[in-house]
Amino acid sequence: MTEVLARDAAHEATGPAPTRTSRSWTEIGSEIGDRVYSWSITGFASLVPILVLLIFVAVGVAAWPALRLFGVSFLTSSDWDPVAGHFGAAPAIYGTIVSSMLALLVAAPLALGVAVFLSEFAPVWLRQPVAFAVDLLAAVPSVIYGLWGIFVLIPILREYVMPFLRDTLHLGVLPLFSGPAYGSSMLAAGLILAIMCLPYISAVTREVLLAVPRSQREAALALGATRWEVIRDAVIPYARSGIIGGVMLGLGRALGETMAVTMLIGNRHEIAASLFAPGYTMASLIANEFSEATGDLHLSALMAVGFVLLLVTFAVNALARWLVWQTARER
Amino acid sequence: MTATSVRGTGTPSGRQRAVTERAERTIRRRRVRSSLMVGLMYVAAALAILPLLLIVIHLIRLGATSVNWAFFTQMQRPPGEGGGGMANAIVGTLIIIAIASGVGLPVGIGAGLYLAEKRVTMLATTVRFLADVLNGLPSIVMGIFAWELLVKPVRHFSALAGGIALGAMMVPMVTRTTEEMVRLVPISLREAALALGYSRWRTALSIVLRTALGGIVTGALVAMARIAGETAPLLFTALGNQFWSTALRGPIAALPLQIFNYAISPYDEWHAQAWAGALVLVGIVFVISLAARVATRRRFGAGD
Repeated sequence: MTEVLARDAAHEATGPAPTRTSRSWTEIGSEIGDRVYSWSITGFASLVPILVLLIFVAVGVAAWPALRLFGVSFLTSSDWDPVAGHFGAAPAIYGTIVSSMLALLVAAPLALGVAVFLSEFAPVWLRQPVAFAVDLLAAVPSVIYGLWGIFVLIPILREYVMPFLRDTLHLGVLPLFSGPAYGSSMLAAGLILAIMCLPYISAVTREVLLAVPRSQREAALALGATRWEVIRDAVIPYARSGIIGGVMLGLGRALGETMAVTMLIGNRHEIAASLFAPGYTMASLIANEFSEATGDLHLSALMAVGFVLLLVTFAVNALARWLVWQTARER
Repeated sequence: MTATSVRGTGTPSGRQRAVTERAERTIRRRRVRSSLMVGLMYVAAALAILPLLLIVIHLIRLGATSVNWAFFTQMQRPPGEGGGGMANAIVGTLIIIAIASGVGLPVGIGAGLYLAEKRVTMLATTVRFLADVLNGLPSIVMGIFAWELLVKPVRHFSALAGGIALGAMMVPMVTRTTEEMVRLVPISLREAALALGYSRWRTALSIVLRTALGGIVTGALVAMARIAGETAPLLFTALGNQFWSTALRGPIAALPLQIFNYAISPYDEWHAQAWAGALVLVGIVFVISLAARVATRRRFGAGD
């Protein structure tokens, strides 16, 4: 009863004069409002799974003709000939894997180092600026990484780094570092990818490290561990699965990164042993050829490349999220 | 005197000394290794920041020379003529961002509200997971998806398709930040509104959403800053346009696309324009991010 009175009072303050009918109308109104509100937020929320489903169905359906025609050989054949109508994506798949692995090889230790530095060692005044600068790396658009790569990174690689690795360090005996030093190369793409996925890995890793309980560190210190030993034996093992999740998130970024790689990798449909040689990735293959696709089959083949990329990144991301969640739940 | 020779003589005091000496040596070694590793962490941090510094330096050095009044007011010129600008691309980018926000923000905020209100339903768990996964999907895939659905059926490229593709990319980001921000609103506030007889929807919209607004605005701006520089989804949707066009149903120019096309062209004048475009694009992203920071600060200022 008092509830009703209070509602009337509240209504009186804002709305028209309450009569018996107007109160019941407001009640009906709020009920309808509640229902509309509940439906609409449910509707918006359902749009997310619908969107994901639509992406899979649309790309999958478009990819189907090529996948049906070429079957497994689509993944294993290196023959990409739009004129003859043969499509095999092996070089692009190889390039995607190699460039991403190269990126992780460089970025993961660095990112781990930065994260440990920021969560454990850095003096307080340095923490904010460094964390901000690393986060900024993630805000730079990828086309700008590409631009910078073309005009700054590639000349440096071609003039100094590649000759140094091949001749001065005599790594040229390995096929990995042999051959002429093209500027646009797997190495250039891998390095730019490393820079680009570093902030993602370090952000997740830092979060996970901060979630490690203080007592864990204090116990190790009490046992006489040095600062490094605390990190190595107490903190990192505790945060391991979260760190792996962060690295996998970085991998997801690297696998699908398009513009910077397209601008730097040289776009040649060939599997070359050397990191100095140009290559292709799945994403850059689509970016390069899609608008010039010569026929339905060519288009479908590109869609199939997109579909493979979609499946791989979906799996990597899902696994990564699961690992990070796992650590967060232990908190 | 080394540890082994002491062990031979076997005097108690000597053995004692040997043990402490060995322990000291181990400790010294561990301390040295610790300092070494801490030093390495410093090096890692420096190495991580180095590329950012280099990029900023090059952007300013190479871009600032070509950013002038003409750059903002004129259109692109053929190579060889020099001069010209990216007026159409700048306007095109702003239009695309507006379309993307129009599509992405309502859906994202609505879905975020759902996640915050119904935390444990099956749908909520699914949406939360899929939003995170969607966030990591390659932007090029979003491009071919939008092409298949929005460009292929109508047989022409359009600003609308580009905007919707980018809007779809905004959805997961906005969803997650909205959820987090709405969750920060104290439950007592919601209860107070309900106790005063507010209906649920009015409580949600005029009390909860309003309290969380600062944070949601920040999240929205961060998402806008992130899609402002996206290129891959626009390649086959907005396509780019060398002429002035603001038609939503036709191909439209965009700053990132223009930078890409100029960067891979063989002309020096266009390279200079690409750097200038990059500087302006970073400027736009920076201004949006700055606005996001201001929005955050205002929220915390009001909360005190």
